[in-house]
Amino acid sequence: MDTRSSNLKSSALSVEQPVGAGTTRPVLRQALRRKNHLDANHGKMGYAFASLYTLLLVAFGIVPTLYAIFLAFTSSSGSFAGVANFVQIFQDYRFLPDVGHVAAFLAIWLVGLVIFVVLLALIVHGIRARWLSGTARFLFYIPGALAGASSVMLWLFVLDPAVSPVSFLLRAMGLQTLVQTISPQHLPIVFAVIAFWTGAGGWIVIMYGALNNISTEIMEAARIDGANAVQIAFSIQLPMMRKWIAYMGIMSLAAGTQLFVEPQLLSQASNAVVGNDYSLNQLAYLYAFQQNNFNGSAAISIVLLVAALALSAVFVARGGLFERD
Amino acid sequence: MTALTERGSRRAGLSQGAVSRATGRTFVGLVLVVFALFFIIPIVWLLFATTKTEQQLVGTNPFSLGSFQGLAANWNSLVGFQSGAIATWLGNSAFYAVAALVLTLVVSIPAGYALALTEFRLRRLLLVVTLVVMLIPNTALVLPIFLEINVVGLIGSPLSVILPFSFFPFGVYLAYIYFSTSIPRDLLAAARIDGCSEFGVFARIALPLAAPVVALVAFFSFVQNWNNYFLPFVMLPSSSQYPMQVGLTSLLASTPAFNPSALGTSPIQLPALALATLVSVAPVIIVFLFSQRFLVTGMTAGSTKE
Repeated sequence: MDTRSSNLKSSALSVEQPVGAGTTRPVLRQALRRKNHLDANHGKMGYAFASLYTLLLVAFGIVPTLYAIFLAFTSSSGSFAGVANFVQIFQDYRFLPDVGHVAAFLAIWLVGLVIFVVLLALIVHGIRARWLSGTARFLFYIPGALAGASSVMLWLFVLDPAVSPVSFLLRAMGLQTLVQTISPQHLPIVFAVIAFWTGAGGWIVIMYGALNNISTEIMEAARIDGANAVQIAFSIQLPMMRKWIAYMGIMSLAAGTQLFVEPQLLSQASNAVVGNDYSLNQLAYLYAFQQNNFNGSAAISIVLLVAALALSAVFVARGGLFERD
Repeated sequence: MTALTERGSRRAGLSQGAVSRATGRTFVGLVLVVFALFFIIPIVWLLFATTKTEQQLVGTNPFSLGSFQGLAANWNSLVGFQSGAIATWLGNSAFYAVAALVLTLVVSIPAGYALALTEFRLRRLLLVVTLVVMLIPNTALVLPIFLEINVVGLIGSPLSVILPFSFFPFGVYLAYIYFSTSIPRDLLAAARIDGCSEFGVFARIALPLAAPVVALVAFFSFVQNWNNYFLPFVMLPSSSQYPMQVGLTSLLASTPAFNPSALGTSPIQLPALALATLVSVAPVIIVFLFSQRFLVTGMTAGSTKE
């Protein structure tokens, strides 16, 4: 709070002084010449500093994207194939079920993520005792260290009633073996829980930071007017967090459509009770490395990319991400 | 003043609001406890599990301590797997993650500086493309990058993971935000007028001031590199080149409890697998513990503020 008020003060002090009031002509010309010279150096420096990054951006951002688009619209011999690759993957018997799997997972995960991250951030932000709020954030954040294969591995144990720390919960739900826990109809929930467990803490910390940026005067005024915590949350804090929620939605959506390591490991651990073609990304992998059909694989990647970008557009529009306050 | 008004409003609301506030507090406390348990139980369980034998793991209380001998036995069985493969994997992970981290810093910090504080013709375009590419999930491009790397004949080389890891647009974006909001342009201009070269302005003035964002980019880059599974899984065919994350799946494949067909080949018991999971995340957890102050205070949010 102290730093914020001092920031305000310093920005108030640094109001620009009007320039050029008493400059004489020769001085002005000299200054201009000097400025041009500096700008030229400046520009060269900009290119130099950005050059390495530009190189990587081209090599691992732009070229792969263009290459994927090229592959998706050509045949294996390199001739133009129109939408044949897309027709082929749409007709693949695994495609539609996989779309369903990924969509179900995304729906459960995104809704859960938005509701619980916002709720927990509001609660943690409302805690007066500093140590308690800090500890809570740290506890929530720690699972973020276990991403990818490690977290799935840990959750294999947690989901196996034979060894699980919460086996009483699993048994209470009528689940006696790992294979029952990870039966196909449970998987979207299982993946959503794993993803939430690893990712939510980071977002809670980010939302907490966003909440800290809301001016205390506004909150204070609302409180004096008799608003309670719930009213403040809905009429002040939530609207101010809108952009951050949209940002979280986009990032999570983009990552979620790419579901790969979770079903891959579960498939391995369940002796293929979970198929190795559960998600779209797995299907793309199978196309490329088992069927040697890179064109079909690229077509799936493009479909995923377009879907992710299109859905992101919804968040951008609803969250007003590109509006200026 | 804050405290005064707060006390005043509290007193006013005491009569009608006391009951509802009590239920509110109970609700808040309950939510906190339930979620704290949810986030922490698996990790606590993992710590206990590494000290147990397979029988103890199945038969005893999940939160009971095994024995030091149990931990040692699990460690030995883990180290014995494919004659010390786990050391190789950890070494590989460290090499890939750190090499890529260094490259990321060398590439992203100057780029962020250039985008924020210099003028050149492609600046806007570069910025927009960076933002768009940030939205593309990195797994989406793994297969095309595989084909590209294949064309240059680098499949199976460490470069096949280090180079793609080093492309970290999020880091560039963080550096850009930091340089454009936290470094006063006047300061740089003053250095220029005092005769400092363009490179000197960056190296002597801007870079020392950017220590927090360098740490932040390093942190995110390291964690992401260490945890990446899909890219090395596709790029590196032989076990001697696996990073730890991919190695874990080899261990899983040799665990009879999860894969009955693995009985013959040097089997891995469940507690040893739990230990491997812990070992695979230990470096990241250590980095987390050291960075928790700046992470948890919400600095991440401040630095990406629009």
